[in-house]
Amino acid sequence: MRAVIAEDLFLLRDGLVRMLEAYDFEILAAVDNGPELTRALDELEPDVAVVDVRLPPSFSDEGLQCALQARAKRPGLPVLVLSQHVEQLYARELLADERGGVGYLLKDRVFDADQFIDAVRRVAGGGTAMDPQVISQLLSRRAAQDQPVNTLTPREREVMELMAQGRSNAAIAERLVVTERAVAKHTSNIFGKLGLPPSDDDNRRVLAVLAYLDRG
Amino acid sequence: MIFRNWALAGVRALALTVLCTAASITLFVLTVVSVVLIPVLGIGLITTPWVLEGVRMQANLRRLLAAQWSDVRIPATYRPWPPDLQGGLIGQAQRTRHLLTDPATWRDVRWLFTDMIAGSVLAIVTVALTFYPLEGYVIAAGVWDPMTGGGDSTYWYGFVPVSSQSTAFMAAGLGTALLAVGLFTGPRLLAMHFQMTKGVLAPREVELAQRVARLTETRSDAVDNSAAELRRIERDLHDGAQARLVAMGMSLGTIEALIEKDPAKAKELVSRARGESAEALTELRDLVRGIHPPVLAERGLADAVRALALRMPVPVEVDIDLGTPPGRAAEPVESAAYFAVSEVLTNAIKHAEAQRVWLDMGHRDGMLRIAITDDGRGGASVDKGSGLAGVERRLGTFDGVLAVNSPVGGPTMVTLEIPCELSSPKTSSF
Repeated sequence: MRAVIAEDLFLLRDGLVRMLEAYDFEILAAVDNGPELTRALDELEPDVAVVDVRLPPSFSDEGLQCALQARAKRPGLPVLVLSQHVEQLYARELLADERGGVGYLLKDRVFDADQFIDAVRRVAGGGTAMDPQVISQLLSRRAAQDQPVNTLTPREREVMELMAQGRSNAAIAERLVVTERAVAKHTSNIFGKLGLPPSDDDNRRVLAVLAYLDRG
Repeated sequence: MIFRNWALAGVRALALTVLCTAASITLFVLTVVSVVLIPVLGIGLITTPWVLEGVRMQANLRRLLAAQWSDVRIPATYRPWPPDLQGGLIGQAQRTRHLLTDPATWRDVRWLFTDMIAGSVLAIVTVALTFYPLEGYVIAAGVWDPMTGGGDSTYWYGFVPVSSQSTAFMAAGLGTALLAVGLFTGPRLLAMHFQMTKGVLAPREVELAQRVARLTETRSDAVDNSAAELRRIERDLHDGAQARLVAMGMSLGTIEALIEKDPAKAKELVSRARGESAEALTELRDLVRGIHPPVLAERGLADAVRALALRMPVPVEVDIDLGTPPGRAAEPVESAAYFAVSEVLTNAIKHAEAQRVWLDMGHRDGMLRIAITDDGRGGASVDKGSGLAGVERRLGTFDGVLAVNSPVGGPTMVTLEIPCELSSPKTSSF
């Protein structure tokens, strides 16, 4: 799998390159600023890009803007955005085109290499990887509004959280140490309670749940 | 010397007469017309800056003359232009607004009015006292003869009827008396003119004293605040991230010792060290948010407030109009506004137990206005050492104000106002 990395701090950029290479990614480019990232995304056609939100020269949200622009040009271009802080506002912007192939994670998540690489692969495959912090904020906000979310059992809520992060049924089953069939049952319950149309497609399901949580 | 001063005063008064009558009257009329024309197709928006530019030149010329001729110093207190004036019609409208909201402009206009009446009277009297006596001598020197047709008619010089050489000498006598008065009063009348100008043009001292008192108070608040902030940051770092890093270092040391003897135990410690580092990061992240929220640095006030609203556990309806793309205030102002909003929202949700909050933010007439309304149980107040009192103090540093309307039982409406200019955001470099 071919990846582009954009991160301005040398230590982190170097670490990301090493880690991805160790998991058999081919690094097409590792850049440290916005204009170079835009060029790399335009010309190199990577399978996935791992991008820091804040990049030179402006040190504003240049990385995020580059990623959004590149996706506007090439819809569905897989981008995993990393940041020192997560904002629902940014998550919403990344998810706005409802196309998947999007990830938004705290930088801390690279501590756990297996999980992180799993997220990169998911994004590259057109799936989503949303940071648990984003999801838990969304959920508690939704719950505070006396919504159907409150009728979920604790287990269903747990499954929903993992699902909204972008994990597949198989991954959820492994995480919660239950069978995949049990997870499938929970998900159909969740979709029933929230009044969402059922779907077998993992990605579409995740996007539906995210859209539900972010509504209103 | 005394004659020189007297002659100078006369010439100067003559110049002033022209300035007071011709220039001041013209400018006053133009200003009134231009301001009246603002609602008429916006014509006034275009002409006003030019006209007021002329008014300022007129006022500045008088300041210069006052200092040079009579040593009367009149301070100019025009507000500086905002840094990001646009070109074309929009820029002209911006200039008009800036000028019309500056109290110094209104002082100028008031001055034009007094100048064209009282100012010109004083100047004309001075001119008369200088040049009228000369006419008396000219008459006495023999010009009375052709003037009266050899005594056939009477020429009135002041109250002296001139019709012969002897009455012409009387005219010269009156001229001498007037000259004596003029010698003494000429320069003084001129100074009086400038003192009057100063009285109208210079900002009131009471105003200045009040301003100084307010600045002193808000400055000491600002210093106290920042000192308290630094203490809080020091404590948070000391008890938080620093302590966690120490613990992590210790874990690593133990791991080093155990890695061969007891790999299982070492592995357990590794995961604990990772936990410590994650905790340290979380604490640092919260601390950074408290110092300067990253989203504020990345996106500016409008989006930072939107992001803040999204993080609240209850729905916050946000309506923000700072222009498109949203204008940016100075960084310290944005930061103060952000933390004020954050405090008010937290209050609404925690203490008033609001279920819904509405937030309006806009910028008009050089003022950033934020109104936050909630459906909570009310009873909020600015006194009793509340969080809102702290907000009020911090806004004071920027001449901002806070108004709270919160009857018991709700709803609560908090309004913040901070005077500031918005600049268009830096366009990104790609």
